[in-house]
Amino acid sequence: MIRRLFLIGAALAFLVLFLFVPLAAIFAEAFRRGAGAYFASFRDPDALSAIRLTLLAAAIAVPLNLVFGVAAAWAIAKFDFAGKSLLTSLIDLPFAVSPVVSGLIYVLLFGAQSWLGPWLSAHHIKIIFAVPGIVLATLFVTFPFVARELIPLMQSQGRDEEIAAVSLGASGWQTFLRVTLPNVKWGLLYGVILCNARAMGEFGAVSVVSGHIRGETTTLPLHVEILYNEYNFVAAFAVASLLALLALVTLGLKSFVEWRMNP
Amino acid sequence: MSIEVARVSKKFGAFPALDDVSLKLETGELVALLGPSGSGKTTLLRLIGGLEQQESGRIFFDGADAANISIRERQAGFVFQHYALFRHMSVLKNVAFGLSVRPRAKRPPKAEIERRARELLKLVQLEGVERRLPAQLSGGQRQRVALARALAIEPRVLLLDEPFGALDAKVRKELRRWLRKLHDTLRITTVFVTHDQEEALEIADRVVVMNQGRIEQIGAPREVYDHPASAFVCRFIGNVNEVGAAFIRPHDVEITSRRNGAPSLDAVVEFVNTAGAVAKMDLRLEGSGELLEAELPRSREAELALKPGDRAFVKFRDVRTFPS
Repeated sequence: MIRRLFLIGAALAFLVLFLFVPLAAIFAEAFRRGAGAYFASFRDPDALSAIRLTLLAAAIAVPLNLVFGVAAAWAIAKFDFAGKSLLTSLIDLPFAVSPVVSGLIYVLLFGAQSWLGPWLSAHHIKIIFAVPGIVLATLFVTFPFVARELIPLMQSQGRDEEIAAVSLGASGWQTFLRVTLPNVKWGLLYGVILCNARAMGEFGAVSVVSGHIRGETTTLPLHVEILYNEYNFVAAFAVASLLALLALVTLGLKSFVEWRMNP
Repeated sequence: MSIEVARVSKKFGAFPALDDVSLKLETGELVALLGPSGSGKTTLLRLIGGLEQQESGRIFFDGADAANISIRERQAGFVFQHYALFRHMSVLKNVAFGLSVRPRAKRPPKAEIERRARELLKLVQLEGVERRLPAQLSGGQRQRVALARALAIEPRVLLLDEPFGALDAKVRKELRRWLRKLHDTLRITTVFVTHDQEEALEIADRVVVMNQGRIEQIGAPREVYDHPASAFVCRFIGNVNEVGAAFIRPHDVEITSRRNGAPSLDAVVEFVNTAGAVAKMDLRLEGSGELLEAELPRSREAELALKPGDRAFVKFRDVRTFPS
């Protein structure tokens, strides 16, 4: 009994110290100069542009990774083909390498010094230190979320229902839309939520390819860093509180979906 | 629809699942594919349904080569061992699925699809559960939903993979009688796979006994029971005693308590069980020491009044031998 109380107490103390206190600190710091200063931070054109860019990157990365993730999971869970285990490991690659390395890959591929560089600059295509680079880096880093969520779920459900659907005369597409997809819809939503949270919060990979051009190539996390480095603490924490809110919403949605998945 | 399987072989890796199998099924027949696991019975069923491809040989539907008919066009109603019902769809939607995925030109209107699905649920005696999900049904009910779903596509052949395998003994017995009756009304060519000889003998018009990827015997239930074509069939169907090279059914063992002049073997009673429709007796043969199982009417057992340890004399009414 006492041991259990001690364990619960220790876990709670840890949570308070490392989670609630920092979370409270973010909001306390953000509101230190009052609500006026807090909301003024968001009227700054650079902050607005950072919000826009973050939303844009997520709006492109999440739907694309939704499609790629579902396609990859479907192929891996429901079919046998050569190179299947290689594909499975490749999906995990973005989790395995440091985000900074992920960013550097794009710099090496598309940067001015790369072998694609001269061709790109001759055609006035800017990828590194521009929006396309940020979108690409976000895409890469968030690729595993949907697929990783779906593969074990689809594998546990087996292929019987799909085979039954085909024997009843359904086409491949009908089988996918009417049988496979509805069976994994909550798992899919779960993956999308996590993918979106990471897409909006990604720092390392995006930082490498961004070039930190204010008002042009800074996302929300990068904008927080810039403000913080300039000792503009109120604005830095105000923008950070937006990301914290996003995290709280994600957590809420995640718990709801988890509850729906295991009623 | 008649089905002809002509010299079909199929391997899984190095394992020969089917080895040069030929078989002809007549229109409207109810046929059981019977055999132990690994005998190739399920593989044969899946080949007929188009879920697997054979390495060699051909399959004909009403004389037409089935290789040219895709699974979608085959109109083979498949009932899977674990039913494979669509878990997120209501019972009614499950049954309506086959009709609702038809190409637009051949698809009946919505109301008509629902009417037909309800009609089928009535046929399988499942009215009142239309809105439920498969998870909310009992095993026997799920089985019938699976059957109704397969019937919805107006199948030319019904293929059932261990249809009663996942059910408890009582429900199993009820359902198999019911399936036989249903078959008598619908007269759709039906093939079902089972490892349970009792099931096969009870409801099938013909039984196909399979072993190690080959067909051992094809025949009516009585025929395969009374005239097994091989030692395997004799062992697999019904109980059998093996005395030396001879095969004797337990009910073909005649027991007397006294020598009556006719040639007989000496034995000692080891065990008597009278709980059941017939009395069962185990006897140890003197000399060879082989154990013999005998079945006799309970009235005869009462007449003999033999106890374990008593001496008895046995004769065989019918003895079979097979070339090895």
